[in-house]
Amino acid sequence: MIKKTVSGVQEALKGVQNGMTFMLGGFGLCGIPENAISELVRLGITDITCISNNAGVDDFGLGLLLQQHQIKKMISSYVGENDEFERQMLSGELEVELTPQGTLAEKCRAAQAGFPAFYTPAGYGTEVADGKETREFNGKMYVLEEAFKADFAFVKAWKGDEAGNLIFKGTARNFNPCMCGAAKITVAEVEELLPAGSLDPNEIHIPGIFVQRIFQGQRYEKRIEQRTVRQKN
Amino acid sequence: MLDKNGIAKRIAKEVKDGYYVNLGIGIPTLVANFVRNDIEVEFQSENGVLGMGPFPFEGEEDADIINAGKQTITTLPGASFFDSATSFGMIRGQHVDLTILGAMEVAENGDIANWKIPGKMVKGMGGAMDLVASAENIIVAMMHTNKAGQSKLLKKCTLPLTGVGCVKKIVSNMAVLEVRDNAFHLLERAPGVSVEEIKKATEGKLIVEGTVPEMVL
Repeated sequence: MIKKTVSGVQEALKGVQNGMTFMLGGFGLCGIPENAISELVRLGITDITCISNNAGVDDFGLGLLLQQHQIKKMISSYVGENDEFERQMLSGELEVELTPQGTLAEKCRAAQAGFPAFYTPAGYGTEVADGKETREFNGKMYVLEEAFKADFAFVKAWKGDEAGNLIFKGTARNFNPCMCGAAKITVAEVEELLPAGSLDPNEIHIPGIFVQRIFQGQRYEKRIEQRTVRQKN
Repeated sequence: MLDKNGIAKRIAKEVKDGYYVNLGIGIPTLVANFVRNDIEVEFQSENGVLGMGPFPFEGEEDADIINAGKQTITTLPGASFFDSATSFGMIRGQHVDLTILGAMEVAENGDIANWKIPGKMVKGMGGAMDLVASAENIIVAMMHTNKAGQSKLLKKCTLPLTGVGCVKKIVSNMAVLEVRDNAFHLLERAPGVSVEEIKKATEGKLIVEGTVPEMVL
């Protein structure tokens, strides 16, 4: 067994530097790597490029990095929940590359799976396709999109083991599996870190080969963005 | 004239037994409330769930189970979770039977704009560009005119496009229309709305053939 465990978030983030490109899992605030984000805030590194579906809210998730002006560029599909984000974008402080959500996921998976690029119909005929190669297949038009290149991927899983194998829960899975192995170093934080052999190999979502460092996360807040309930009659 | 629930109720009639359906945020989300309960339908949410159920009861919310609008949800028997690339594989690979989404503008050639108002609103396209470029069967739920009374069914979209030539059917607060051959074809009128009123509210080319029936809700 090749052991991937590190002592905690500080060891897990060893090597992060100003100007790097990071992938961060999560959809809204669901399944975000809370520990890694806190540590990036504490380290105070700047000029970061973040690949993440969303940009958090003003006071949580990637919003915490935005508050400290640590992010130079965001690559996301939807950023509507964050006022500070909008302010920084409109004032020109923050560079933003909006990417269709399926394309964003596939650019991660392509990086993970060794494809330099792929064709997708998403965005054809829109400003997203400006300057990109297009091509017709079977009478339909497609846009050539390139795989992401990133220094670190920070993902959050439900359970993991010493070998770096991961299991996700519910819709907290989202972009996390697509980002594993899609950067030079993948750091996984888990709610429950278990000895090798504890997880059934049949149930593993992401094999440990895609993960370089794994640690037991602390104090998960798991904030709910839109708490919506129905009444019992 | 229909309200939002009326539009959702009319669209629900387009949902057939055995359909996998993707619902966008806003009016489309309401459609789930009106689907007949004698048919089997599974709702897909692009953040990675098939078989979405109703909102949870108070106290039973799970931060790890949400829909694309970031609302807490539940799942039904037979539900599954998956990653974002797989989710859009379902969409791009045309495994989802019906996509229902909102629009700010639709043009007579089927172009749609619903993600950006330059200088005013830049929230991003989310999954909308993937959905409109891939889905075979798209229904747009929208208001026929904006708050100033100007038509949103246009000759040409003025806002940045989400997709080109992809809308085939529209259910608005005034009418049901098919989009083909570079024109809006009027299929049904909303209760109490005349053909004349629909003509006046439609800037793009409108084709009216024979007597146009009133919607049955």
